[in-house]
Amino acid sequence: MEVLVVFLPLLAFLVAGSIALFAGSPDAHHGHGHDHGHDSHGGHGHHGPDWRDRAAQFVTCGALLVCAVLSWILFFQVTGHGGPRTVQLFTWMDSGALEVSWALRVDQLTAVMLVVVNTVSAMVHVYSVGYMSHDPNKPRFMAYLSLFTFCMLMLVTADNLVQLFFGWEGVGLASYLLINFWYDKPSANNAAMKAFIVNRVGDFGFVLGIFALFVLVGSVEFDTIFAKAPELVGQKITFLSWQFDALTCACLLLFIGAMGKSAQLGLHTWLPDAMEGPTPVSALIHAATMVTAGVFMICRLSPVFEYAPDALAVVTIVGGLTAIVAATIGFTQFDIKRVIAYSTMSQLGYMFFAAGVSAYGAAMFHLFTHAFFKALLFLGAGSVIHAMSDEQDMRNMGGIWRLIPVTYALMWIGSLALAGIPVFAGFYSKDIVLEAAFADHSAHGTFVFWLGIAAAFLTAFYSWRLLFMAFHGKPRANERVMAHVHESPLIMTVPLAVLAVGAVFAGMLFNHSFVGEGREHFWGAAIKVLHENDTLEAAHHVPGWVPMLPLIVGLVGIALAYVLYIMMPGLPGRIANAAKGAHQFLYNKWYFDELYDTLFVKPARWLGYGLWKAGDGAVIDGVGPDGIAAATQDVAARASRLQSGYVYHYAFAMVIGVVALVVWLSMFG
Amino acid sequence: MIVQTIAFYVFSAILVASGVMVISARNPVHSVLFLILAFFQAAGLAVLMGAEFLAMILVIVYVGAVAVLFLFVVMMLDINFKELRSGFLQYLPFGALIGLILLVELAVVLGAWVTAPAAPQAAGAPMPPLDQATNTEALGQLLYTHYVYLFQASGIVLLIAMIGAIVLTLRSREGVRKQNVGAQLARRREEVVVIRKVPTGGGV
Amino acid sequence: MAIGLGHYLTVAAILFTLGIFGIFLNRKNVIIILMSVEMMLLAVNLNLIAFSVHLNDLVGQIFAMIILTVAAAEAAIGLAILVVYFRNRGSIRVEDINMMKG
Repeated sequence: MEVLVVFLPLLAFLVAGSIALFAGSPDAHHGHGHDHGHDSHGGHGHHGPDWRDRAAQFVTCGALLVCAVLSWILFFQVTGHGGPRTVQLFTWMDSGALEVSWALRVDQLTAVMLVVVNTVSAMVHVYSVGYMSHDPNKPRFMAYLSLFTFCMLMLVTADNLVQLFFGWEGVGLASYLLINFWYDKPSANNAAMKAFIVNRVGDFGFVLGIFALFVLVGSVEFDTIFAKAPELVGQKITFLSWQFDALTCACLLLFIGAMGKSAQLGLHTWLPDAMEGPTPVSALIHAATMVTAGVFMICRLSPVFEYAPDALAVVTIVGGLTAIVAATIGFTQFDIKRVIAYSTMSQLGYMFFAAGVSAYGAAMFHLFTHAFFKALLFLGAGSVIHAMSDEQDMRNMGGIWRLIPVTYALMWIGSLALAGIPVFAGFYSKDIVLEAAFADHSAHGTFVFWLGIAAAFLTAFYSWRLLFMAFHGKPRANERVMAHVHESPLIMTVPLAVLAVGAVFAGMLFNHSFVGEGREHFWGAAIKVLHENDTLEAAHHVPGWVPMLPLIVGLVGIALAYVLYIMMPGLPGRIANAAKGAHQFLYNKWYFDELYDTLFVKPARWLGYGLWKAGDGAVIDGVGPDGIAAATQDVAARASRLQSGYVYHYAFAMVIGVVALVVWLSMFG
Repeated sequence: MIVQTIAFYVFSAILVASGVMVISARNPVHSVLFLILAFFQAAGLAVLMGAEFLAMILVIVYVGAVAVLFLFVVMMLDINFKELRSGFLQYLPFGALIGLILLVELAVVLGAWVTAPAAPQAAGAPMPPLDQATNTEALGQLLYTHYVYLFQASGIVLLIAMIGAIVLTLRSREGVRKQNVGAQLARRREEVVVIRKVPTGGGV
Repeated sequence: MAIGLGHYLTVAAILFTLGIFGIFLNRKNVIIILMSVEMMLLAVNLNLIAFSVHLNDLVGQIFAMIILTVAAAEAAIGLAILVVYFRNRGSIRVEDINMMKG
């Protein structure tokens, strides 16, 4: 069953991919270039879904739904009385000390991720059938979605670092392909390249981390590494005559990989631009699954991280900073998808700082609930965009809540879950994360606790800002668009409903197992927490005001959003004008893109240009082909001057020759 | 003895001086005349050495034929020698160097050269003493017997040179009326005479 | 001082060198070149005669005669060529004879 769960999406990808490649529909080669569900100007040349599209959709959705069901079954098995298991497939590399095999490690951590990935992926597949109904390239889209799912599953079922890296790279590839799905849009091209390249920077750190662990431990298999980790405490490695703590070094390098994949501060610039892809892609990859791979990786390697407290401190601080910075940017943005993207980044920060204070269970719990409500929010936003004839700017929306009530209600559910209102899923997971941070009682823990509180306030604020701007107030769109506003078809709303169920109930149902009293029984050996670091335990004993505070600031945030966007709609504009500098700073994403452009892109371009012109052009071409050609021409020109045409010159040359010959013979003869 | 020495030096000096004048005279006619003078001095030197036949042949052939030929051509070619510039000095240093090296080499060769002891016995054709035959007779005895083929060959060379010179310079001028006897004799009455009946008072 | 072989050889050498000078030092006309060649041949003849007398061997003089013949033939041909060239080009300035310029 484990094999089936992992490899069914691969099969689906191959089938759909073959359909896309070999049986492509006539108009499948021009992308449409904008995120629209409805073809408001009558698409040119599309013939409606034909047998190819239907076949691709059927195969992929069917496969994913089967996988989702199977993964739930597995989940209950593994966390129940079945216990963790490893399924060996075959050996991949066997070279000297390096032995890497394909094995599916299904323990509790994996089971949680399987459920998350497969459920959200299945919902996104079904949703895409409706959302992409007017796109001519449906088989390709479904194929890529299935490819992504396969790679993500590979990642979470990896039994060794190399297999994990395979999945890691695979999801990066799928992300690139999907962001760039409408490949004739230059902004999509740039966004895809940006995502891939920034990820690459992270991957470089990740690979170095893998190498470090291999050097330290002698193996890349998890079991071996976990067993050997306690012995490596205090071991030092030397680099350029400096001594570094080996485990800290390795863990920091691995964390850099997580930073890239999960868009933490520093390597986050790709995530907002990744919204160029279709909305289902954003929901699946950039909300629920791919970006959580970093969190998963840290939790998976918890037995190692536990022994590198300095690395954990760095993780915490970076996570906390990410949470607050993303929230500050999010509340100035006007593109509905970007607001949700920054919200994702912020919540990822939460997950990381939870992991940083050794509350791995809390991090996974937040990952679990976040997947549901963030996917719900994204797909709901997709519904809104679909309804508004591909309008994404919230300044041009408004006054549509009566017209699309189902979407409206589901967005409310998602936002309530995100803000951490009691009963909804986010309440349980967010609270426990903040409590764990507080309970860590360290300087960095307390620091990120306050950052998390501030971020919670801002999260609530911008979530309701989104709701009010998009759905309430006087309609700011033109009459033609407003006339077209309609609810999404069932094929799109049913997945939303399923995710909403998760957003509502996932928290209260699984609180006990993930972070509550049942957590040790639940997690078993999948997560290792050293006794002295057990913040989850301490989290249950924090002072009473600590769990209350996030709720209070959340409600304040909602109230403030109500004031600013319903009661006094002109006020936000006036505030922005009054604090122009600060507003511009936040609106321009803290100028990270500009900073990176100056620090890295321009010097890289300059270096590349210089190496091209001076290095390749002048030196290599100059010495090589061009140089040889020029030298040949030069020598030939000089040699041809000997052919002066004057016979006496030739005679003179002969005389010189004779003289030289005689001299040589008489001297050396 | 002393006469020979003086004669040698006189001949040599004038020879070298004429050589220099050949190559540096402005007027080409002067160059040819100096060449003739050089030939005469060389002949004198040959006589001094005892090869009088060769000396006379030198005068007859070189001076009488070759140098006169040069003179003919120089006169015929209507060279305006006033225009001729001398680019002499441009190459002089380098040329002088080469010449100097050449001279030094020759001197080295000469200085280091020793006659093999067996050489006199290995002479191909020993010179008979003067009371037996004069230089001319001795040469004749050698030339027409052992070296007759060479002699004939040199005759052929001269023949070919003559033919070559004629072939190169012969040209037929346009507009020169010449008799073609063969064509004259091969003319037939039918081709050239036509009888026409002409009416009285009318023209042809 | 008795005039020995060396003296004659020296004179011949000087004459030879002068001939070589004449070939490439002259810019004036081609006839000088031809005359320089004659001078070189004369030097060689002198050499041969000197050696023949010194070694008491008549073959040297035979050889000198053959050389004489050849020199005469060559001078004739050379002058013929010169005449034809002058007819075609109208000048025998050495600097103008560069049609073989590569």
